[in-house]
Amino acid sequence: MGAQPNIATSPKTWDEIKTTTCYMCACRCGIKVYLKDGTVKYIEGNRDHPVNKGVICGKGASGIQQHYSPSRLSKPLLRVGERGSGEFREIEWDEALALATDWLGAVRKTDPKKLAFFTGRDQSQGLTGWWASQFGTMNYAAHGGFCSVNMAAAGLYTFGGAFWEFGEPDWHHTKYFMLFGVAEDHGSNPIKAGLGKLKARGAKFVSLNPIRTGYSAIADEWIGVKPGTDGLFVGALIHELLAAQKIDGEYLVRYTNSPWLVIENPGGADHGLFARDKDGVALVWDGSKKKPAPHTDGAVNPPLMGRFKLPDGRKAVTSFQLIAERFLGDDWSPDTVAPQCGVPADTIRRIAAELARVAFEEQIELDIPWTDHVGRKHDKMIGRPVSMHAMRGISAHANGFQTCRTIHLLQIMLGTIDVPGGFRYKAPYPKPIPPHVKPAGKSGQVKPNTPLPGPPLGFVMSPEDLLVDEAGNPLRLDKGFSWDAPMSSHGMMHMVTTNAALGDPYNIDVLFMYMANMSWNSAMNVPDTIKYLTAKDEKTGEHVIPKIIYSDSYASEMVYYADLILPDTTYLERWDCISMLDRPISEADGPADAIRQPVVEPDRDVRPFQTVLLDLGARLGLPAMVKADGSPRYPGGYSDYIVNHERTPGIGPLAGFRGEDGKSFGKGAVNPDQLKRYIENGCHWYYELPDEMKYFKHVNKAYLEWAVSFGFLGNTEPIIHQLYCEPLQTFRLAAQGHGKVIPPDRHKQRIETYFDPIPFWYPPFEGEMVEKDAFPMHAVTQRPMAMYHSWGSQNTWLRQILGRNWLYMARSKAKELGVVDGDWVTVTSHHGKIKAPVKLMDGVNADTVWTWNAIGKRSGAWALDKDAPEAKKGFLLNHLISELLPERGGGYRYSNSDPVTGQAAWYDLKVRIEKAADQSDESAPQFPSVKPLPRTT
Amino acid sequence: MNPAYSVLLFTTASGAGYGMLALLGLTGFSHGPASSMAFALVSMVIALGLITVGLLSSTFHLGHPERAWRAVSQWRSSWLSREGVAAIITYGPALLFGAVWSGLIDAPQLIAPLGLFTAVMCAVTVFSTGKIYSTLNTIRAWNQPLTVPVYLSFALASGAAVLMAVAVIFGRFQTFQLALGASALLLIAVLKFLYWKAIDNAPRDRTMANATGLGAGVRQWELPHTARNFIQKEMGFVVARRHSEKLRALFFILLAIVAAAYGACLISPWFALIAAPVLLFAAWVERWLFFAEGEHVVTLFYGNQQA
Amino acid sequence: MTCLPAPSAKKLGLVIDLDTCVGCQACATSCKEWNTQGYSAPLTDANPRSADPLGTWLNRIHGYEVKEADNENSRIVNFPRSCLHCETPACVTVCPTGASYKRAEDGIVLVNPDVCIGCKLCSWACPYGAREYDYSHGVMKKCTLCVDRIYNENFVEEDRVPACVKACPTGARHFGDLGDANSKVSKLVAERGGYDLLPEMGTKPVNKYLPPRARRDATTLPPESLPKGDGSAIDRLFAWADGLLGGKQAAPRSTKKTKG
Ligand SMILES: Nc1nc2c(c(=O)[nH]1)N[C@H]1C(S)=C(S)[C@@H](COP(=O)(O)OP(=O)(O)OC[C@H]3O[C@@H](n4cnc5c(=O)[nH]c(N)nc54)[C@H](O)[C@@H]3O)O[C@H]1N2
Ligand SMILES: Nc1nc2c(c(=O)[nH]1)N[C@H]1C(S)=C(S)[C@@H](COP(=O)(O)OP(=O)(O)OC[C@H]3O[C@@H](n4cnc5c(=O)[nH]c(N)nc54)[C@H](O)[C@@H]3O)O[C@H]1N2
Ligand code: SF4
Ligand code: SF4
Ligand code: SF4
Ligand code: SF4
Ligand code: SF4
Ligand SMILES: [Mo]
Repeated sequence: MGAQPNIATSPKTWDEIKTTTCYMCACRCGIKVYLKDGTVKYIEGNRDHPVNKGVICGKGASGIQQHYSPSRLSKPLLRVGERGSGEFREIEWDEALALATDWLGAVRKTDPKKLAFFTGRDQSQGLTGWWASQFGTMNYAAHGGFCSVNMAAAGLYTFGGAFWEFGEPDWHHTKYFMLFGVAEDHGSNPIKAGLGKLKARGAKFVSLNPIRTGYSAIADEWIGVKPGTDGLFVGALIHELLAAQKIDGEYLVRYTNSPWLVIENPGGADHGLFARDKDGVALVWDGSKKKPAPHTDGAVNPPLMGRFKLPDGRKAVTSFQLIAERFLGDDWSPDTVAPQCGVPADTIRRIAAELARVAFEEQIELDIPWTDHVGRKHDKMIGRPVSMHAMRGISAHANGFQTCRTIHLLQIMLGTIDVPGGFRYKAPYPKPIPPHVKPAGKSGQVKPNTPLPGPPLGFVMSPEDLLVDEAGNPLRLDKGFSWDAPMSSHGMMHMVTTNAALGDPYNIDVLFMYMANMSWNSAMNVPDTIKYLTAKDEKTGEHVIPKIIYSDSYASEMVYYADLILPDTTYLERWDCISMLDRPISEADGPADAIRQPVVEPDRDVRPFQTVLLDLGARLGLPAMVKADGSPRYPGGYSDYIVNHERTPGIGPLAGFRGEDGKSFGKGAVNPDQLKRYIENGCHWYYELPDEMKYFKHVNKAYLEWAVSFGFLGNTEPIIHQLYCEPLQTFRLAAQGHGKVIPPDRHKQRIETYFDPIPFWYPPFEGEMVEKDAFPMHAVTQRPMAMYHSWGSQNTWLRQILGRNWLYMARSKAKELGVVDGDWVTVTSHHGKIKAPVKLMDGVNADTVWTWNAIGKRSGAWALDKDAPEAKKGFLLNHLISELLPERGGGYRYSNSDPVTGQAAWYDLKVRIEKAADQSDESAPQFPSVKPLPRTT
Repeated sequence: MNPAYSVLLFTTASGAGYGMLALLGLTGFSHGPASSMAFALVSMVIALGLITVGLLSSTFHLGHPERAWRAVSQWRSSWLSREGVAAIITYGPALLFGAVWSGLIDAPQLIAPLGLFTAVMCAVTVFSTGKIYSTLNTIRAWNQPLTVPVYLSFALASGAAVLMAVAVIFGRFQTFQLALGASALLLIAVLKFLYWKAIDNAPRDRTMANATGLGAGVRQWELPHTARNFIQKEMGFVVARRHSEKLRALFFILLAIVAAAYGACLISPWFALIAAPVLLFAAWVERWLFFAEGEHVVTLFYGNQQA
Repeated sequence: MTCLPAPSAKKLGLVIDLDTCVGCQACATSCKEWNTQGYSAPLTDANPRSADPLGTWLNRIHGYEVKEADNENSRIVNFPRSCLHCETPACVTVCPTGASYKRAEDGIVLVNPDVCIGCKLCSWACPYGAREYDYSHGVMKKCTLCVDRIYNENFVEEDRVPACVKACPTGARHFGDLGDANSKVSKLVAERGGYDLLPEMGTKPVNKYLPPRARRDATTLPPESLPKGDGSAIDRLFAWADGLLGGKQAAPRSTKKTKG
């Protein structure tokens, strides 16, 4: 045979390309879906999309296998066997919706709070939260409480933004990037792209992480910190910078509350609060006039430090003086913290010096004139090219809130927030500190057949805003916004099942969940969670949690514990709305939002959950979901709502293409063609801010005015960074007996200790409460880049890549323990025991073991073979993690959470590791296999 | 390398077949017409039978046996292709030779040239087979000067043994056959001994460091997938050192048995009927080891530090 | 045909940056999804839901641990591996059917699925494990360098790159003509010391790998610390803060600590 074959180099393997938004994870990249004869052939990144600019990740490119997964649910299911048995009957939607309406209606007309409505990483919290308040229950939250509320809260109470999706490093200009405790994060592709940019520019990338994989693997410097101790490391950096006066004084004076005057009146009701004028404006010291002046007075140049006598005789000190006094203390010196956090003192000193050099000697100047909030004109934008990002390595510890505040303190002292090269806000942030939304659900606000006066979630400013009864007991099922966790802005989803089953604080009638695998990888303490979900009252024989409604798209472990299952579509079969009223996908350079459009029709009897929710709302007669005549307000389902719903006049779920002509943005009348316009625009909308608004947004006159016109902000007040967090102090004062709402005695000590208005460090709880030598090791998980929690394992391609997990351990430690590669070990916590296979490596803190999250599966679930490696060899750490802390004096058991925000402390887990007596090739515990669901296989 | 049975069967059976056929050809070349048509036809059928069974079995491991004919096209570059070509060509002279040698066709003057040509083609075919393996530098144990000689000598020895057995049945046993068989036996024993010495001493100087370019401190952390793949199935096959030592010993024991049987032939030629099958079994063991001991460089990407 | 064509001037290939790859698998799954409907189509997955799935992939990412200094913090290097489109590819010359061939115009090494008999010899000849046999189709599969993308007129110019290159979120994969010394990829290789895998095998890979950069940490940097004057740190800080006001700090000077 002679010549080489000539092959078609321009095949057209598709007949149609549709844009939409990926949902293989919460990063929400723009994708192009290639279709042939109505089937999905290929999915690639959309070049025009602001989030991913054309790239895609390992998960996103496997979307086809998710969409066509054999584990998809295909019809509503009604439980016929015991909970957990997997015996269901397929029913019609009419029957399903009628049933749900009965169950929910009964609750609503008696006591709406007896409905607990909780959702996982869904992206329609704008809708679900609104639905809950319309229903009238405050027992609503999404996954934030067990996810990363520590990051959100710490940021929003400190600088009006947050690491968690509300901002990003200035990838284009930063010269020094510090990453704390991130394996993957929500900014999945943006972070990868950003790291690529840093590498290309030769910027330095430092990663703090007990484990050196993934992003940390390519870091120029890896610091294998001991879990839970980052606060000490960062505090020591602050110590070094203060001692050498390497801080941005001008930034602190002008843009932060550093010069604000704090009243010093120990024991007094005003101690630790800001001195304010009669209009309540916080005061600074006017050196020239020798008297206090409102901090808003641009004419004064107040001192950063000093103690002063107020006209009324009270003593006051600048908040920065207090901060400096704390961090200059010897307990924060590198030598003191080094042994605790496992980072050599020399390394801490060197990093401090590097930070100072880059921030102050390598500053960058963009020739962009701008004007600040008090009208000062600046001819350029000065940047301190140091940026930081942090996520669950910080937040998933019981000291995460204060540790995250410490990191923000460091960023702000270096003057790096929203400056060129620093950490930048993403619209709609910055917001007022904290955002002016308070949680509804106080006594008297929850009434039969009545909506709540506001949203169930928000930001408390003082004890008065708590949801507690006169006795100080929690009003919410999850004990959110109670003395257990006063600032739990995202609720505490990890406590719902337990509290509902134990009737603490009370029992409920219906548990309604959406997109949350709460009987497995999303639950702490899986074995008991399963007991709770199936528990029955001896007398009545009724389930302790009487009714469970659940919406999932796939045969997840949670499906098996529901009574009624409302099968959802896949992400390629429905409308969705990625809204700035929810979790924004904006860029630092400007606001953005997006939609999903159905690129294919469902081939099963399933319905989009949001549409079902609106339908239920109408059937229940929830005021905002019906017209005057009682007919559904959004008969067209979710897409109808996306276009026609208005939060306040002119403001709806989507900011783009508003107004009859589709020409107005942000605010504007409803545009019937809005979705069409989005589709024409690649299913997203993005507006790039003019240069003068791109930085210093918190104090940038032009930006603030634009943000008001756009509806992001209520007024043009600057957003002054709150290094000293006054709301925390109000809780402290309450613990000391001041104010109207006082904590019950058992909480006082705890509130007084942890509500420190100045960031500080304390050891995570579990490690302190268990016997140290009995549980010497830290155990944490990491996100595998190619797997999204539980969903990845049902994916024909992805499960080949990661079909089982190992317990990774330092070689040095293994030697001590007499464990070799491949051994099976038992991992024991104060709460439970599992058996897992070991893999050895060097790049892990020697006191830490880890594994990939959510790879272990319940045998039979997800339409996988019952002997699949995911079930027989895979394992979860969740079995070892207790949702409750060990008893304290008085026998009360707090949740295993951050005392301020209620964030689940997944990574406080302490364990003991021993070579397993039984070396058989199977992980333990093994739960009975579940039956395949009707038609999923 | 994973020892695929179809390939083992192919190389052992066709090897013996070509060896036997070559010897028949040489017999014709030196002695002229066969003394008994029956003997001639039976031995020809057996030889070509072994060859054909072997060739057919080699197509079993093809993904597309129906396309096997394409394999002859690349004789310019591919030893596998050359083997195919040689194998096919051999049938021509072999059949003619059989016909004239046995007397089916009466053309005695053609016996000698056809016999010689057949013998040469058999050698060429087996040589090509050996070359397929010896030219793969990815597998050090195959990429050896002795690989081809081993293939040739095995063909000769096993061919000789089978032929002797047939001769005995037809009462045509002659001591020179025994001498030939015995020396071929000695030859494979020596060559195989040297071969194993060679591969055991060959430096395993291909390293993970060179494969990855990541320096001496490199070691496997994660395999690409937790699920198996083709490379692991096909090339990941490793035989434990101890296991292969045992099999090597077994191989030599089998040869010893064959030697003993040959010796016994001096008393009663019927012992040749024992020698032949034992030798074929020995050849099978040898081939199994040949594959099992073939360590592929790709294993360096899968955790092997050296190859 | 399997005699190699005269070396082409154009040598298309990939340059993979091991200093930037985070091991996200995007290149592996994008490769799979493109090629399962492209020139190598389909790339089958046998027993996909079972305990022992066996799939055909053209690109796989290995993870290696590299110990540089004699300390505990070895680094992980993610290592994507696909066909290197060698200049003298043994996989081609051994092929008995001519199914395996190297394109004369751009050097891409391909398998012609209509001619391949599935003898697997090419996979034995490849030192890099770049060829995967597709059991259900009985033919050999391998990286096609996305020959059906890079010239595809249905794509805009910038999308005419391999699927894995388009996907890579970190930009660790570069595609271009390594035969042209002035191409972006050739320059990159020159700058960063791009290297061959197993050069001793004589296959002359076209694809190049860029080594991880030297780390910048305690193992390579000298200790340094910020200068501190003497006396109490708080006093020095106070004086400095005073300086911010041009030295005329009007306030009564006090650094007396109080318990906050
Ligand atoms: N591919 C993929 N992407 C995802 C997800 C997924 O499942 N898969 N999940 C999404 C979700 S819900 C979330 S919340 C985000 C979370 O994104 P990440 O914040 O990256 O979450 P984790 O994987 O938990 O990473 C925690 C990291 O912190 C480290 N760590 C643990 N303890 C400490 C500590 O005390 N200090 C420091 N410095 N580090 C520590 C761990 O080693 C780990 O690397 O990812 C999102 N993105
Ligand atoms: N040990 C340990 N446990 C952890 C963590 C950890 O780091 N370590 N991380 C915690 C964190 S941060 C989080 S956010 C949680 C994750 O908590 P979850 O949100 O519960 O995580 P998933 O496993 O993704 O479960 C989501 C469910 O949604 C379903 N689903 C997927 N797509 C759709 C859809 O389109 N519609 C509907 N209706 N359902 C869908 C899936 O089938 C799955 O059952 O896990 C927590 N658990
Ligand atoms: S990062 Fe998340 S949203 Fe983006 S492509 Fe990957 S899976 Fe899809
Ligand atoms: S896509 Fe890029 S970063 Fe991800 S594994 Fe492949 S080469 Fe590495
Ligand atoms: S990498 Fe292997 S398959 Fe690719 S050309 Fe080189 S030898 Fe052939
Ligand atoms: S498997 Fe196919 S491509 Fe490979 S050598 Fe055999 S015929 Fe050629
Ligand atoms: S070039 Fe194409 S075929 Fe080759 S690895 Fe990349 S995506 Fe796969
Ligand atoms: Mo999360």
